[in-house]
Formats: sequence, structure tokens, C-alpha cells
Amino acid sequence: MKHLHALGLGAVTALGMTALSMLPASAAWEPTKPVEFIVPAGTGGGADQMARTLQGIIAKHDLMSTQLVVINKSGGAGGEGFLDVKSNKGNPHKIVITLSNLFTTPLATGIPFNWKDLTPVAMLALDEFILWVNAEAPYKTAQEYEAAIKAAPDGTFKMGGTGSKQEDQIITVAIEKALGKKMTYIPYKGGGEVAVQLVGNHINSSVNNPIEAVSQWRGDKVRPLCVFDSKTLPYTDKIQGDLSWSSVPTCKSAGLDVEYLMLRGIFMPPGVSQEQVDYFVNLFKKVRETPEWQQLMKDGAFNQTFMAGDEFKAWVEQSEKTHKGLMQEAGFIAGN
Amino acid sequence: MLDNFINLYHGFYIAGDPFNILLMVIGILLGVIIGVLPGLGGANGVAILLPLTFSMSPTSAIILLTCIYWGALFGGAITSVLFNIPGEPWSVATTFDGHPMARSGRAGEALTAAFTSSFVGAFFAIVMITMIAPLVAQFALQFGPAEKFAVYFLAFASFVGMSKEPPSKTIVSMMIGFALAAVGLDMVTGQLRLTFGITELLNGFDFLIAVIGLFGIGEILLTMEEGLEFRGKAAKIDPKVVWKTWKTLPRYWSTSLRSCIIGCWMGITPAGATPASFMAYGIAKRVSKNGKNFGNGEIEGVVAPETAAHAAGTAAMLPMLALGVPGSPTAAVLLGGLLIWGLQPGPMLFVEQAEFVWGLIASMYLGNIVGLILVLTTVPLFASILRIPFSIIAPVILVICAIGAYTVNNNVFDVLMMMVFGVLGYLLKKTNYPLAPLVLAIVLGDSAEEAFRQALLYSGGSLGVFFSNGLVSSIMAIGLIAGLWPVISFLISKLRGSSAQPA
Repeated sequence: MKHLHALGLGAVTALGMTALSMLPASAAWEPTKPVEFIVPAGTGGGADQMARTLQGIIAKHDLMSTQLVVINKSGGAGGEGFLDVKSNKGNPHKIVITLSNLFTTPLATGIPFNWKDLTPVAMLALDEFILWVNAEAPYKTAQEYEAAIKAAPDGTFKMGGTGSKQEDQIITVAIEKALGKKMTYIPYKGGGEVAVQLVGNHINSSVNNPIEAVSQWRGDKVRPLCVFDSKTLPYTDKIQGDLSWSSVPTCKSAGLDVEYLMLRGIFMPPGVSQEQVDYFVNLFKKVRETPEWQQLMKDGAFNQTFMAGDEFKAWVEQSEKTHKGLMQEAGFIAGN
Repeated sequence: MLDNFINLYHGFYIAGDPFNILLMVIGILLGVIIGVLPGLGGANGVAILLPLTFSMSPTSAIILLTCIYWGALFGGAITSVLFNIPGEPWSVATTFDGHPMARSGRAGEALTAAFTSSFVGAFFAIVMITMIAPLVAQFALQFGPAEKFAVYFLAFASFVGMSKEPPSKTIVSMMIGFALAAVGLDMVTGQLRLTFGITELLNGFDFLIAVIGLFGIGEILLTMEEGLEFRGKAAKIDPKVVWKTWKTLPRYWSTSLRSCIIGCWMGITPAGATPASFMAYGIAKRVSKNGKNFGNGEIEGVVAPETAAHAAGTAAMLPMLALGVPGSPTAAVLLGGLLIWGLQPGPMLFVEQAEFVWGLIASMYLGNIVGLILVLTTVPLFASILRIPFSIIAPVILVICAIGAYTVNNNVFDVLMMMVFGVLGYLLKKTNYPLAPLVLAIVLGDSAEEAFRQALLYSGGSLGVFFSNGLVSSIMAIGLIAGLWPVISFLISKLRGSSAQPA
């Protein structure tokens, strides 16, 4: 903890409203009581897994002088968690991990909050999406599956996904647009459930995150067709037979021009000082260097982009615009 | 199958390590404490302690965590019997006869029956897991939305049909439950429902809040009205109560066996322990010679739901390990733990991590035996709690309930809701509406609706999907028969023109 002041910008800038920011600039801020780590999603999902891994890493490597306590507030598609953070103005002992519902929940439900109500801290990683089919299905490549969808009447093919009007359905709508054919979207509560429904042949395909379907792939129950990213994944460890994450082609190369990555980022309540933000940026930088985090990134084939400060803010701003556009087109905005 | 036994033998070797046995004892004791405090359920307990286990080997860690889980299950029965406060959804059915027994001074007997039955149910399920693990995982894959809905439908229908109360009152109570379950986010459209712009309602009504209020607070209100006396006062402390109860239990072997089978079946199908306990209770009431006395403190009414709930809870571990789908919130937290230890639940877990899986299964055997011994020795102690005067114990229960309600979501609003539910519970009881269907609907209403709508999305709106294959049709058919049972049995008795009693 002692070397913290080295990174401090030494400046307590604009946010002078909070009492805490009145502390002398030289004494680097540190939490003085347990920090609540809000997960705006249920237990067992991708965000929850990441939060609990972070909690474990921070406890194991003693990276924080106080405890980090994970609290799930999943009500209203995560709106409950975001509202809780929003209403805790100036409280530096609270952080929240976000998924795409940072953008989609207020747009789809009208729950009154926006990412601008929170203080952006850092992007930890980006989560990839992959198009999966059952391993027994006749489609060996994305092209074959696309051709089958195009050849059948609207709504023949069933796509399963997590939640409604969230990332999985946004991708589904984008696929529909690219292929000019409707699919039937069936929402489920969690990614793991979707993967099992695919194995049980109750749906034709899914757009599960890698970590949600990897064990089924390893057991040769499902087959990845393509990844919704601009380039193939860098992970070359063998998973199923001779195949690794890096052998999955991009959807664009397979004639399906859809790209989507999901933010796994950290935000704080409004009105916290720069020093407090810096503390957490630094904390997560240290987390990224641990072997446990590296393992998680590898298992889940995450895109390891890290961002903080203005760069991160600009990225979030751009991403919000993208989501607004996508959801407007799909007719997912509340009140429509 | 022989391979399974060789693996299991090896598993016992791992689980029987003195350090692991010590972890079991610690886990069970912690679990019992967690189970006794409503609100601080097994899921929270496991989540809080999860980080402590990161320095252990995965096998030791999962042994500690699953033992906390077993302990919490045992502990949940204690509050259900003594104070009418079920800590978990599947303990609700245990209160029906367990609490009346406690009130008539037979708390020790009720607790012994509950603990022993839990053990029997869990043990039966573990034996089943040992023998047919791979087949079971295959069976669970058959369950799509339509099949899931059919199972929920069966649970609701058997409740309406098998209930002692008039079916109309059961249905009214169930409908209130469905309405409450509908509040919050509609998963299928992603829209908010019935929240009236109140942010506290975003999360809907949590089952625990409803149950603590309806049962716990409602019970205290009733007792106060009836003269500020806890009628369990007559409870005698008898250290031999365990043996005496055990002598009577073999009489109910058929109820036990039936409940074990119901439990295992419901645990493997993703419906889980709650419908299992309700169904086992309902069927026992129908079949048993003492059926008419159910609800007034019949020991068989404790045996049936406890056995089924624990058989289901244990059997549900299997889909979690083999498919990676958690059957309960606690299982979900355990699943998160597995991932942190670098274990990917899924079809390959049994092959790649055989040592871990069989160590876990062996620890289920040992953990349940250790648990049974530990909790049985505490029976006289817990039974004697009822000797404390009501004027002292009631405020303590109230405070514990309030803390429990607050812990669920760290929300003061929930404490208020608990009070409202308490008054509602009091009113419903006064007017002889059964509370159980309401609770069942709050717990399962959401999932049932979700499965129903997913199935209809799949079929493009055709109801035929619920009769589209042998599995789903037969479950639906049994459900329909169960739901219409009062009508059917009335017709049969009419046809016979005999003195057979209409239900």
C-alpha cells in the first residue's frame, strides 16, 4: 500500500464538493471500512463470477487493507444495483461491476439512470460472443448455418439467449438484419441455462460468451461457428480435439458482418474524488498481474483491453451511442 | 457401475482424511447456526465463507462448503418446527405438522423426525447418484421449457387437488401469490410490471420476506391474541426422546420411500426441492390412514416433506456438476467457487476431475452422517427453547425476523414489507385461507410463467407443445388428474353410490 502515492497525480481536482476530497493531497486515499462491490446481476452469471474472482484475488494477495464484499442487486435487470450506486453520492466505499445492462436497462425499462450518473473507473476486459450450435447439428461452418436460416421460412430457427432486450437479443437482431430473415428469440435467465438448452436441442443456436459454453464444448456437445469480433481470439491452448479458441473464425470472414463486445468495467458513485478513483484504478492494475486473473482471462477467452480515465470515458460514450442506435432500430426503447 | 464403486472407495479415502472430517464438523455447526437465523440462508453463508476456502485444496474446500449447506438444511428445520418460520422455501411444508407438534409439547419428537427424514432422503439420493450418475445427467437434458412447465403445473395442480381446504380457497390464495410473483421485471419482454414507478419494487417480492412475515410475524400476532402464552410450554426435556421417536419411525417406511422417489425425480428435473416437499406432503395426506389428522401435528406430515426436500436438494447436485446449471442459489455460489478453483462443471468434470467428484460424493455420505449425529444431540437443547416465556422469546423472534428481512437485500423497505405480510398472514389465517399455496405461487410463479411463455415462443403460440412428446404429455396428464381429483373422486363415489366420502 505504501507505494500508492507514487501513482497519485498529486492533484485533487475539480470535485471539491465532497468532504473527503479536502484531505491533503499528499496522503493517498485508502478505504477505511469494507468496500461494497455491487453486482447488478444474479449469482452465477458472468459478472458475478468475475466479481467473486476479484474478491478472491484481492483477499488472497492482500491487495486491500479492508474487505471487499460482493452484493448482488439484480432487480429490474440490474436497475436496482445501479440506482443504489447512483444514490450513494460521494461514497468511496462502493464500486459496481457493469455489463451491457449499463446501457440497455435504462433504455429498455425507463429506469432513471445513465452511466453519466456514475463515476467511470476502469475497463477490466471485454467479453467476447460466439455463435454456437449443437455438436450433432449438420452445420460445420457459419456459412452452412447462415444458408440454412436463409432457406427456411421466418422464425424457423430458434436462438436462445440471456434476458430480453439485452446483449444476446441485440446480437440476434443484428444477425437477422444481416441475413434478412427472422429468427425466434427465446430468453432464459442465465448463460449456463442457455448452453444446456442448446445441448438438449431445445434451441438451434446461442450466442453464449466463451466461458458460459466452454465446458460443453470441451465435452464435444456444442460447436462454435464464429466469433463476433474483428479478429480471431489469441488463445491457442487446445480445448476440443485439435481446436482452440484461436481456430474459431470471425463472423465477418464468414459473411456475417456483426461485431459485438461486452464491457466488463468498474464504476463508482457520483461525486467521489480523483484520488479515490485512482486508488481503485491502481488496485485493478495490480489484480491484472496476478496468475489467477490471467487464468480467468484465458479460460473465458476475454479481450484484455484495459482502459481508465478519459480514454475509458470516451469509449463508454461511444458504446452508449452504438447501443442506442442498435436498440432504436430493433424497437427496444421503452415507450415505443 | 463397478467403476463407480472403485472410484467411490477412493473418494472415501480422500474424504476420510482427519482434516476433512474436522472441516465437516465445523461446516455442519456453522451451517446449523446459519440455518437457524432466518434470512441468513445457506446461499449467503456459503458466499461469505467462499473466499476463506481459496487457500485449501478444491476437495477440502467443497467439503467445507457443502457441509455448511447440509448444516443449513438441518438448521432450517429447527426454526420451522419451533417458531413456524421456514428459513428456506422447502421448509414451508415442514411447518404444517411440525409446528403444531411443537405447540402440543412434542417438539423433540418433531425435530428428531425431521432430522432423521432429511438424512434418509439425502442418503437415498446419494446412493442413486453413485449408481446412475451418467444416466441422470442425460435425463435432465430432456427438459426444455415445456417439460419444465409441466412439472410446475403438476406441483400446483396436486396442491389444489390434494388440499384439505376447499379448492376455491386454495385457488384464491394461490392467485394472490401469482399476482405478487408477477411484480418486477418481466423476463420475457424485458419490461417492468406492476412497480408503479416505485424503485423498491424493482426486485419484486422476495420469497423470504413473504415467508418470514406470513408465517413468523403472523404466528406471533395469533399467539398474542390468544393470550400471550406459548403453548409449547409443556415441552418436557427428555434426553431419550430421540430413541423413542426412532422406534416409531419405521412404521412410515412407505411414506419415506415414496417421498425419496418424488424427491429424486424432482431434483433431477430442474424443478427442485420446493415442489418436491409440497408434493410429497400432499400425496402423503391423501394416501395415509391418518390423512385427516394432517395439519394438527401428525408425525408423518413431517417425515414426508423433509425426506422429499432433502432427496431433491441432494439429487440437484448432479445436474450442477454434470451440466453446470445450478439448481438453487446456494448451488450457484458453489458453482462460482468451482470456477475459481479452476474446475469447469460440465460433461467432462466426471472424466477429468474424477478425484474431486468422487471425493465430493464420498463427503456427502460422511457429511450427512456427521450432521445427523451432531444435530440429534442438540434436539433436547433446542426443544427446551420453547420453555422460555413467550413475553421474552417473542420480541427476540421479532428482532431476528427483522434482521433476517433486512439482510436479504440490505433494504429497510423489506422490513416494512415483512410487517405488511405479517398482517396479511394473520388475516388469511383468521379467515381460514391456506397460506401454503400463496407461498408456493410466490416461489414458483415466476419460473412457471417463464417456462410457459418460453414454450409458447418456441411453438409459435400453439398449446400443443405441452402434449408434443411422451414425457411432457404424461406429466401434464398426471397434473390434470391431480388438479381435478376432487371432481373425479366425487364422481367415483357417486357412481358407486356408496358411503365413500367425497373429498
